[in-house]
Parts: sequence; structure tokens; C-alpha cells
Amino acid sequence: MPIKSYLAYPQAGKKKELIETLTLFKDCEVIPAENKEILVIVTETQDANQEDKIKDKIEALDSLKLLTLVSGFNIPQND
Amino acid sequence: MAAAAAMTAAATMFPGIIFASEQEAGIPNGNLDWKKGPCRFCGVGCGILVGIENGKAVAVKGDPNSSVNKGLLCVKGYHQTMCIQSKDRLTHALVKKNGTYVETPINEALDLVASKMKSTIEKHGKDSVAMYTSGQSTIPEGYVASKFMKGAIGTNNLECNARLCMASAVAGFLTTFGADEPMGCYEDFDHADYFITWGNNMAEMHPVLFSRMLEQKNNRGAKIIDFATRTTRSSAAANKSILFEPQTDLAVGNAICYEIVKNGWVNKLFIEKHCNFSKGLTNMGYGMEDKYKFKDKPEKIDFDQYKAFLEDYTPEKVSKLAKISVKDIKYLASIYGDPNKKVMSLWCMGVNQHTRGTWMNNIIYNIHLLTAKISQPGNGPFSLTGQPSACGTAREVGTFTHKLPKGVVMNPKHRELAAKIWKVPVERIPAKPTYHTTEMFRAVDRGDIKFIWTQVVNPLVSLPRTSRFRPGMEKDSCFVVVSDVFPTPTTDVADVILPASWHIEKSGLYGNSERRTQHWDKMVEGPGETTPDAWMTIQVAKRMGYGDLFPYSEENHVEEIYNEYRQFHDGKKHGMAPLEVLKKESGAIWPYVDGKSTQWRFNAEYDPACSNGEVFHFYGKPDGKAVIWQRPYEPAAESPDDEYPFWLNTGRVIEHWHTGSMTRRIPVLHKAMPNAYVELHPKDATVLGIRNGEKVKVTSRRGSSILPASINERGLPTQGQVFVPFFDENMLINDVTLDAFCPISKEPDYKKCAVKIEKA
Repeated sequence: MPIKSYLAYPQAGKKKELIETLTLFKDCEVIPAENKEILVIVTETQDANQEDKIKDKIEALDSLKLLTLVSGFNIPQND
Repeated sequence: MAAAAAMTAAATMFPGIIFASEQEAGIPNGNLDWKKGPCRFCGVGCGILVGIENGKAVAVKGDPNSSVNKGLLCVKGYHQTMCIQSKDRLTHALVKKNGTYVETPINEALDLVASKMKSTIEKHGKDSVAMYTSGQSTIPEGYVASKFMKGAIGTNNLECNARLCMASAVAGFLTTFGADEPMGCYEDFDHADYFITWGNNMAEMHPVLFSRMLEQKNNRGAKIIDFATRTTRSSAAANKSILFEPQTDLAVGNAICYEIVKNGWVNKLFIEKHCNFSKGLTNMGYGMEDKYKFKDKPEKIDFDQYKAFLEDYTPEKVSKLAKISVKDIKYLASIYGDPNKKVMSLWCMGVNQHTRGTWMNNIIYNIHLLTAKISQPGNGPFSLTGQPSACGTAREVGTFTHKLPKGVVMNPKHRELAAKIWKVPVERIPAKPTYHTTEMFRAVDRGDIKFIWTQVVNPLVSLPRTSRFRPGMEKDSCFVVVSDVFPTPTTDVADVILPASWHIEKSGLYGNSERRTQHWDKMVEGPGETTPDAWMTIQVAKRMGYGDLFPYSEENHVEEIYNEYRQFHDGKKHGMAPLEVLKKESGAIWPYVDGKSTQWRFNAEYDPACSNGEVFHFYGKPDGKAVIWQRPYEPAAESPDDEYPFWLNTGRVIEHWHTGSMTRRIPVLHKAMPNAYVELHPKDATVLGIRNGEKVKVTSRRGSSILPASINERGLPTQGQVFVPFFDENMLINDVTLDAFCPISKEPDYKKCAVKIEKA
């Protein structure tokens, strides 16, 4: 199960909008900084395919300026 | 783990970033209602959260939303609310009748205070009554005291204990910049390459800020240079510790300036555009005589004259005087002189409680102005404040004899503004200051002041030379009213004791070292008839016939007073944040302009008040230029001699706040540090035949105190010096200290007098 964390930079003045949009995404946790215009996003998906889809979805947001990957983990699923 | 990785990455790119919600998540809240506010203690102004359960404060934690401390507190902060459980808490008014204190309903006690104040004024005049408040008074408490004394009664007999801690810092700011309070903010810690501490022990006195410095040292390789007169915990944690002979910081500061000039490290363009040079009077005396008066006479000089003056301060000349190596002086100078290094200078009581404290503040500013290391992130002088609201209340509200909420009593425009907002005739506000603190208590002793009301302060432990002022306060010639939370040596001499609300038992506002105003709502009910100091002042004012000037409601008086007070500071240079913002956020830094805190003043990139079209604008001065002051070395008021061969230095310890009236009632803190002591150098102890823990008598020309010896324990003084913390009312070291002060700031010197040491 891929788990990835990113730093997300919102467009100027769009931090709140970005937080609100991302909060509605499944498989996505948002941790906003209190005092800087930046968010941490953590995604946890079933497989690489889902992981790519959510990353594309995030990158397509108008309120997002830049998304940078920080870390990635792949925890094996025990079926 | 993924989230932690991202937050760590963010922290390396954005120093000071906070992810508060993440810190709070996962912490079990139980049934506690967490309420925010600033800490009761030091000038760092940490944000706290107090856990309330069934109407009681049962827990304290750091507020992770506060950029000051980011969830961290020190040992005093974590335990602060425990003092209100103390069994000897003052819960009711006490009136002295035939030598015995009689519990009295508060309204009766306030009736007595008002009638006594009124009759004293009628019989002896307005200047026969006085109020003495505090850098721990809330902003509303200080404001109503000022309005009461200056606007209602019409006397400038209002002083506060910030005279004893920050007056030299204020005088330094005003003489150099024309505007009070630091130009930087705590975010400077995240950017500086060097922290140079001047005569202060931040590890114990500003511990949370010191933690931030250590974090930068560990994570970024920032360096801490400890420049002090004794070895402390701060020295142990520093990269380098340089010890100097007491009082010679004046000479060392000038030697650093000499090196900066000699080596061509002066930023000439900055000096030409943004600085003037001046000198003042010298050989000013030390204020030890009653009614001592001094007024400086500034005289303009030029750079060449200043450069010629510095020739007396070569490292070689200063090295002998200060007992530090030429190499170390040059090393310090090279740090400041390197244009690629960001340097923060940090200081507190070692520089301020100094008979040339104003000069010493000026000299540190000289260093930063010569090198243009000022008003930029991580690069600038930072005068640390000791008390939680010496900035917010004492300095910004102006609870000093010469001050008004905006400006000074001597300025007709400032009096007009006060008269307008207070709705009083302008001629009621007197134009002449009366007594600074030391002189006020001398006036009590002489019988010139016949009524004094103290709030949030314990002068009979904290004043210098208490051996004179205690008998003075005991005289029948003065009616003494003391508002406090606990019994103290000051309540011991009171005619009326009023039971004050403690911190979280009232709403309030404080202002910390970095110009951050913080608000808190009342969190718990106080016991018995305890009452907020502001409300007691208002009640006395009403009883004296000034009710129309104090139309505030009991329920909302804090909000009403703050909104009235804000009017004084309207504008880009000192605008205060509205209460709605302060209630929501963990404080806001003034000037608060267009919804934003101003973090760095006098730099046009950050400060909307800059208006001269240049990068820097020192708008406190009429021509927009800061002043580099030519200030010489002069010796201390009293130095060791054959009869009294030791320097006495006094100060604090991390466990106790000031005179210990709160912290000594917190069992864990009292147990950690149960009594005061006298630190001796082991070689001095050997010569005197004194062993660790043995009783030692410390004697000066003014008095003596007996304390246990401390050798090689918490701190290490140099040979020929002893150190005593002043928190212990049973070992009253201020009976021994000297009431000499800086002639400009009137702040006493608690760090230098001459004593003899013998086995008790």
C-alpha cells in the first residue's frame, strides 16, 4: 500500500480553498501549517495505479501552485 | 512517519513553521476545557493552555499554536497554577486595627482606602499620594492606574517596578532610536548565525528562548557566545564563554567598536544615510543622594571625533581593565565585523541594572549600527524583557512618573491627547515628573509621601537597599495599601491589604519582549472576595468622585478599557491589534497594520511605517536617523576595597520568579530550590576556610545577610566575586545592595556593590 507525503504550495490567497478541496478527497490527509502558506499532504492508496490517480487529481487543482514529493513508503498488503 | 518526514522537510525550509493541529492530535483531552493565554511569568511570553475541570485549573501545557514557544514551557510555566492552591492565599481584605489585621468586607476596605486617599490629598496636596504598580500588571490594570493618578487626581506620583528592570533599556532605545522596544522579533532566532549574550543567563532567565537558540545550534550550527561576569548554565551550553570584570562591559563594547573602525568593517553608506553621532555629559554621579537630579546635555559630534574617542579603547588597553584577552576582544569584534554573518546581541539585567545602563545599551546599538546589522531577520540587537508585561503595560501604557499612554507628560501635545481620550481638562495632567522609584521610596522614608498603594509587586524584597526602605514604609507618616495574592514582607507593613485576583482568575492582556500583545479570558473564579486590581482601582476612583471617568462595566471592563487604550496608539508606528484578533490568535505583534503584525521595524521591506523612501527609516527621530553615542567607561558606584573586598552580584534562578511569593508556594519548585545561597569561587572559599553549605555572612556598608555557601554547584563566580539570588525573603540580600542608579534611566544597579564575606 503506497503511502506518500508531499509539500503543497497553494496559489497566492488560495490556501483555504486548497485545504477545503483536499479534505474532500478520499485517501488524502491534509496537515496545514499554521503560520506559513504551505500544506503537508499524505496519501495512502491501494496500489501504484490508485496512487498515480490521486496525484494527478491533486496536481490538476487550480488552487495548487506546486506539489513536491518528500517521502514514499510501500507497505506490503497481507491478504 | 510520512507526515513527520514532510514536516521536517518544511521546517528546514521555513524556520519557525508550526503544524499545531498535528501536535494536538492524538493527545487525550479527557473532560478538560483548554483555555489559552500567556504565561504568568517572564518576558518571553510563552503561550499556555490551561486545562479546566469542574471550575478548577488542573493542568497546564504549552500552546502549540504559539510561535513564541511552539508548545514548550519551562519548569515554572508548567507548574504556575499550583500557587493558587496555597493555604495562606489572601482571600479577604485585612485592615490593621490596633496592631492586628482584621478581616473586613472588601467594600468597607475600599471605602477606607478612598477616604484615606482623599483626606491625604486634602490635607497635604496631590503629590502626597502615590501608586506603585508593576511590569506584571495587566494592560487594563496599568491603564486605569495611569488614568486615575494623572487624569483624575492630577499627580505624576505613579511608578512601577519596571523602573528596576527595563528603564535603562527604554532610555537606550529612546536616545538611540527615539522609539521604544526591539526592532526585531523571535523569528530572528531562526536566522542568526551567532547569538552573543551580554551579561545574561538565558538558560535560566529566558529558558524557552534559550531552547530555541540550542535548537539552532544543534540543527544549523549557529554559535552561542556567552559574555558574562560569572559561569552559568548558559556558559556551559555556549560554544565559548568569555568572562569580564564587572562594569568593564562599557570598555569592551567600545573596544569592539574600535576594532570595527580600525579594520574597515564600518558600513560607511549605512552610517552616512542613517546615523548621526552624539555625546553627552560624563562624570554624572550615581544617584545615591536624596533628591539627586541629572539631565543629560547631548552634543552633536562627527565620525572623526568618535573615532578619536575610541583610541582610548584599543583591545590592548581594555584587556588589562576587563581581565579578558586581546584575542577574545578581537574575536568578538570579528564576529560583528564579518558582513556575511548574521548576529543577534541579547541582553537583560546585566546591562540594564547598571549605573551606566543607558550607556551600555547605547554601546551595543553602536556596534550594530556601525556594521548595519539591524532590523533584518537574524541580524540585530535584541533587548530582552524580564517581566511578562514590562513592555505591554509599564512601557506601552506608561506607568512611570514621566509617561503617558502615548508620549510624556512634559509634551503639551501628548497631554492634550490624553486629556481628549480621558475626557479631562488638559491642565489637570501635570507637566512635571515627580519621583522615579528609588526616589519615591526615599520620599516615603522622608515623610513627603503620606499614602502609597502598591499592586502586583513586592518592593520590600525587590528594592535595592531594603534596609532603608523597610523602616521607611513602617513609619506612621505613611498609610500603606497593598494589593496582593499572597502575604509578603510588603503586606507585613500594610495598613490595608486588598485581596487580588491571580492571573487566570481575571481577564487581561500582556505584552512580551517581541512586541506581542496577548489576551486571555478569565478561566476560573477566585476564592473569597478576591478582585481584579483594575476593578479595585476603579472602585476607589468612583468613591473619590471620579466615576464619570471610569464608566466601565464589571463584566466587560477589560474589553472596554483595552478599546479605549488602543486609541492612543492608532497609526502605522504603534497600531495595536483589535481584541477580536487577540482572542482568536496567540497574540499579535505591534505595529499591527492592515491585519498584519510588523515583525521588523525601521526596515521598509517589513515596516509600513517607513516613509522616507530609503531601505531604513529610524522614524522615532525627527530626521529619521539613529544616533551613535560616544559613551566612555566609568567605574562602578562602589568597588571592592580593603574593607569590603568582594563584588556582590545578585540575580535569579530558573525555579523562582522574582521575590518567590508565587513560586515558593509551589511545592515542586520550592523543593527543587528551597532557599537562597551565596556562590563563592572555590579558591576564595579555601582562603576563608568556608566549605560548601556552611553559613556565611555577607555584609556591606548598608546591611548584612546570612546564607549557606554554594561552591561549584549551580554557578561559578570569578575570584573576588560572590553571587546571591534574591528570591528568598528570609535571606534578604537587598538589605545589602546599594541604591545607586543610572542617572539617565534611574534604574538601580543590583549587580555591583562591595561586600565582605566571613563565616557566620
